[in-house]
Amino acid sequence: MDKPLNNRAWWLVAPVFLIVAFSAIVPIMTVVNYSVQDTFGNNQFFWNGLGWFQELLDPSTELGGRFFDALWRNLMFSAIILAIEVPLGILVALSMPREGWKVAATLVVMALPLLIPWNVVGTIWQVFARADIGLAGWGLNALGIPYNFTGDPLAAWITIVVMDVWHWTSLVALLCYAGLKSIPDAYYQAARIDGASRWAIFTTIQLPKMNRVLLIAVLLRFMDSFMIYTEPFVLTGGGPGNATTFLSIDLVKLALGQFDLGKAAAMSLVYNLIVLAVCWVFYTVMTHAGSERPQREIAG
Amino acid sequence: MDSISENLAWMAWTWQTGLFFAVIATLLILFTLLGVWRPERARVGVLGIPTTRGDRLFITLLGSAFINLAWLGLVGPDLGWALALCLVYALAVFRLV
Repeated sequence: MDKPLNNRAWWLVAPVFLIVAFSAIVPIMTVVNYSVQDTFGNNQFFWNGLGWFQELLDPSTELGGRFFDALWRNLMFSAIILAIEVPLGILVALSMPREGWKVAATLVVMALPLLIPWNVVGTIWQVFARADIGLAGWGLNALGIPYNFTGDPLAAWITIVVMDVWHWTSLVALLCYAGLKSIPDAYYQAARIDGASRWAIFTTIQLPKMNRVLLIAVLLRFMDSFMIYTEPFVLTGGGPGNATTFLSIDLVKLALGQFDLGKAAAMSLVYNLIVLAVCWVFYTVMTHAGSERPQREIAG
Repeated sequence: MDSISENLAWMAWTWQTGLFFAVIATLLILFTLLGVWRPERARVGVLGIPTTRGDRLFITLLGSAFINLAWLGLVGPDLGWALALCLVYALAVFRLV
């Protein structure tokens, strides 16, 4: 166990550290500096202490109100897409072919949505859902279902959720598929000998064997949806009103639209802390989930 | 010195934020030196995961940020007691996690 470590190798990390210093550490320091000050431009700053943070964390103020609204919307969005994408992804993975030429064909088709740039995904759906020329929008209205995602908040939400499901269910499905492929055939043979039903095979063999990839899928999708910006920005621009203004969209409005650097800095730091905490959980689970698995399997 | 301060003007430094980063940088350097001089093994605590001193420092700093934010949102802008609470939290993390 006690292998001698050569710590000199750490020097090889120095170039990366230097790049990260310029691309991340210095900007974050600047954001922290902005968050305790106010500016009217011209690089002149005035001390405001914890004022912005206090305003941000008080829902009765304008800033706090919009922050908690956006946070709430974002959490709702993440919950909805997880509730749809995870079961759907499992279902798709279970019905994907296991051998033959169909495997490659299915994998390519499944991977297609993942390869499209995010702003293009937004544009595709923006056109697709338009009531005047879009296939989906026009079709729904022609069927007598009133649908207008630029005016109706519910329609906007449904469009964004469907777009995200279209874009990312493949990822969940592919991860689950990889989990399913790793199950040795002996498990299925044993199940057949015991006369297990399809449902019993799913709940006692496939689902437990997929738990690690599912955990990765859930955390990955949560992080991604919690930081979503491009697709809703292109599709709805945060509207109608503020109905689809998620945290990142609100942050950009605040920082670049209104040029309220202090408020935006405070908001981005709190946002960043939430993301950092989730990332830490993600990293910890990813690195330690495997080490406990054998014991649990023996116990189970 | 003048040119340095001119070149850093865009970063809008204040002595308070400077102190904040100095404390964090000092902690990081201290823990690095400690890691070099007194190597340690990861141990499993209440979280059920192996943690090193560095992990515990990270958990402490991240948790402290949330303690301060919660204090600011729920109690008020005077963070003296929040910092005291953070110290208690830090002690707990380094003993138990």
